[in-house]
Amino acid sequence: MGATHTAHAAGHGHEAHHHEESFISKYIFSQDHKMIGKQFLVTAIFMAWVAVIMSLIFRLQLAWPGEGFAFTNFFLGEKWAPGGILDPNMYLALVTIHGTIMVFFVLTGGLSGTFANMLIPLQLGARDMASGFINMLSYWFFFLSSVTMLASLFVEGGPASAGWTVYPPLSALPKSIPGSGTGMTLWLVSMVLFIASSLMGGLNYVVTILNLRTKGMKMTRMPLTIWAIFLTAVLGILSFPVLLSASLLLLLDRSMGTSFYLSDIHIAGESLDHMGGSPVLFQHLFWFLGHPEVYIVLLPALGITSEIISTNARKPIFGYRAMIGSILAIGFLSFIVWGHHMFITGMNPFLGSVFVFTTLLIAIPSAVKVFNYITTLWRGNIVLTPAMLFSIGLVATFIAGGLTGIILADSALDINVHDTYFVVAHFHIVMGMSAIFGMFAGIYHWFPKMYGKMMNTRLGYAHFWVTFICAFGVFFPMHFIGLAGAPRRYYSYSEFPMFDGVVDLNILVTIFAIIGALAQVIFTYNFFYSIYRGPKAVQNPWRSNTLEWTTPVEHMHGNWPGPLPTVYRWPYDYSKPGKAEDWVSQITPLEHDEEEH
Amino acid sequence: MTKLLILIVVLLGILAVAQLARVYELTSRLRGKREEEISDGDNRFNGRMLWLFVPVYFAFFLWLVLAYKDKLLPVAASEHGVETDWLLDFNWWILIIVFVITNILLFWFAGKYLHDKNKRAFWQPHNNKLELAWTIAPAAVLAVIIIYGLQSWAKMTSPASPDAAVVELYARQFDWTARYPGADGGLGATDFRLINGTNPLGIVTQESISTRLAELDAEIHRTDSLLEHGILAPSKADELTESVGRMRRNATRIINLRTLMEQDIAEKGQASAYLHGADDIVIKEFHLPVRQEVKLLIRSQDVIHSVYLPHLRSQMNAVPGMTTTIKMVPTITTDSMRMITKNDAFDFILLCNKICGASHYNMQMPLVVTDAKSHEAWMTKAMEKPFQAPPTPAAPAASPADTTQVAPAVVAQAHTTN
Repeated sequence: MGATHTAHAAGHGHEAHHHEESFISKYIFSQDHKMIGKQFLVTAIFMAWVAVIMSLIFRLQLAWPGEGFAFTNFFLGEKWAPGGILDPNMYLALVTIHGTIMVFFVLTGGLSGTFANMLIPLQLGARDMASGFINMLSYWFFFLSSVTMLASLFVEGGPASAGWTVYPPLSALPKSIPGSGTGMTLWLVSMVLFIASSLMGGLNYVVTILNLRTKGMKMTRMPLTIWAIFLTAVLGILSFPVLLSASLLLLLDRSMGTSFYLSDIHIAGESLDHMGGSPVLFQHLFWFLGHPEVYIVLLPALGITSEIISTNARKPIFGYRAMIGSILAIGFLSFIVWGHHMFITGMNPFLGSVFVFTTLLIAIPSAVKVFNYITTLWRGNIVLTPAMLFSIGLVATFIAGGLTGIILADSALDINVHDTYFVVAHFHIVMGMSAIFGMFAGIYHWFPKMYGKMMNTRLGYAHFWVTFICAFGVFFPMHFIGLAGAPRRYYSYSEFPMFDGVVDLNILVTIFAIIGALAQVIFTYNFFYSIYRGPKAVQNPWRSNTLEWTTPVEHMHGNWPGPLPTVYRWPYDYSKPGKAEDWVSQITPLEHDEEEH
Repeated sequence: MTKLLILIVVLLGILAVAQLARVYELTSRLRGKREEEISDGDNRFNGRMLWLFVPVYFAFFLWLVLAYKDKLLPVAASEHGVETDWLLDFNWWILIIVFVITNILLFWFAGKYLHDKNKRAFWQPHNNKLELAWTIAPAAVLAVIIIYGLQSWAKMTSPASPDAAVVELYARQFDWTARYPGADGGLGATDFRLINGTNPLGIVTQESISTRLAELDAEIHRTDSLLEHGILAPSKADELTESVGRMRRNATRIINLRTLMEQDIAEKGQASAYLHGADDIVIKEFHLPVRQEVKLLIRSQDVIHSVYLPHLRSQMNAVPGMTTTIKMVPTITTDSMRMITKNDAFDFILLCNKICGASHYNMQMPLVVTDAKSHEAWMTKAMEKPFQAPPTPAAPAASPADTTQVAPAVVAQAHTTN
């Protein structure tokens, strides 16, 4: 393996001298993993803003139902917000697209796409991904998919409105909701493109991780970021094709008159021909992706956090092998728990019990991870960079959201909170906030690697504190709204006197949401300003052990100017006794009779 | 306009903060400080903020609990609800203890062990005993949670006893309809193709079949003549052609259904579900007797809905194409609940809890729980208006041969009553 690497390296050095890259091949159809990572990130930031603005529009409606807002009218116009009052169909459309964009485009495409591309070759000591071309296609499919999703916002009946889970028959019958017309078709087309992108990316990640590790980079010396990304890619490869089939069958039901999901439907005065299908089948297929998807979103964030907490606590991550073990356990279990989304679909109660059991098992590796993070902090030498703060924030949201998951996994308790705001609170904290905090942490930490510039730390602090406090301000009260029995996806609660006691919480939530969204202006400003005007970064600003910090600040094709580095130790030799510095790069050979760790 | 102004002011405020940070950055760069070096001052400030966060976080939680605990759902009004409420509280105590301890440790450590360039972190890559301990501890706690949870689950999902009252709830965009068995004590068979203005649940009887067939026939004739003689836009014509095709197929299937029905009646006689539809009570009210086990049969006409009875801690999806069931024993009448909640307007509410379209947020029906006597009185009154008046009060539909012969008369009668 060593020999092929040298040959590969020599080949690259040769090429680099001979051709100057054009603007198009460098910035647009780039096959360089670093540029592709940045393309994913910038696209995701844009998509995140679209989804945030949507959430503000429906939060305004929820806090002050039936009132007109210039803000709403500005974005939706007279058709969907006459006089600034949100249309109920558009409310459902916004909720749907907000969820779709956040889950798939920001936290899957954006998070994995950015950090897998950025970090896999750099942290493993590879020149690039196994296939640069497929990697480029992966981004451009993601881009096309994003464009298709955004285009669906502008069609006659509005975008898909059946919730991000698009359960048929609602998503299959245009007569049941206007968004299930062209908008839904575009949603499905967009998802098909997205899945293609995700599969191309995922296969590339797995192949690169298995084959292109540099000399000495054993699997057990890989940083936890790579372990997490590896498992994420495997989950994606195994589960996304199932969503693809689910989407294709739904397309067939919609357009070709098949009956995979439809049966016995009488709508708008007509009895439809569909016979023998089952809407529950779709739910099984959807959640077979949908639950691993939660971990596709979460694992990279946990990997990033492991790396950042260890680096900034100047202390080895506690229980490296236990961390890998828990990632593997979570990855495996995530495939056999999907039924906990379906306790009230009329599923066989015994099957329900099995899903209760497997779901609650996931709490064990999750708890191990939390305890290990906390122990890593114990007696550390902690530098509170913005990235570190976001990582600590992630652990806090992971605790808060993980614990309520125990209630939802318990079928007997789930029945009364299923599809209420309690669920909204739970998954936004444990999946939304944790993953987005991991993403922010990663951006602050690897920004010097991505752009060769530093982001402003003070603005980073302001961003963190406002975001962190607003995250709890927005999602904590939702538990109580849910415990009062208030269902999610309701346009307004005014029709139910029973919710009068808790609706004032909606105002509190909306105020926190607005402030939290404004804090993202600080971030966006800091991000783009620093790309151009930020102070120049040094090679290894965080005194980190991993390989990406041994590359030059200025990006170059092939990553390392000379031969690829050789790895001699695991990545977490921080504050190792007997060393002059409190860090030892992975490329430093072991001293005579030094133990690895 | 004022809102726009507020927005502009806020945005300018943010930009001002950003510019201040820039000024700070420039001056510190002049002093030779690099961006990645976190000063002790910054580190301490953030560490103290992390400490401060914990009491604020807990206080917020406590405030929410104290301010809103009486505004959440009142005491459970069903037998299993009392049990799951206890289970929920039991879980809460475990979770809150874990929540408090882990958060205190997390933020305490994060703020305590701040960077000191003269110090080193404690070298501790792993500790197998510790790791084993905190794998086993959560496993043990979860085992308790799982055992209690599954016990309740098994109890609440076990089959309803044979003498449970049966009520059907039928969902469609955007309302609920209930169906109670009539005097014969059983619910009749249904078929969605029979749904029309007078038969919202598609109950199968000779009469409803004939009515629907006649209706389809008339509609097919009308559309055919429109297609033949009318001047239509091509797209409209296509639509009508498709619709007329669908009606023809439906008519065929309804005729098949009639054959099926006749065979079933021939086989089972009085036990056939096809003979029990006429006296069913189809009603837009939902009444249950207190302390009597009830089995809900749940169906949907169009998309997925969900029967959610938060006060009874019950929920089950309504899925087109299948019948789902839940059972429950209401334990508190509406009147008692009004006393308990000191609210004269209190009602148990059945609400839809699965996204189903534009008016999803207002798909509701009050549930009235009364004592057995009042319930019986209500039922007796409701039985006066069954789905279909029996064709001839004296002669029950005796043999299948008879029923087919009666059919034309039934159709005629249906037409007059309509």
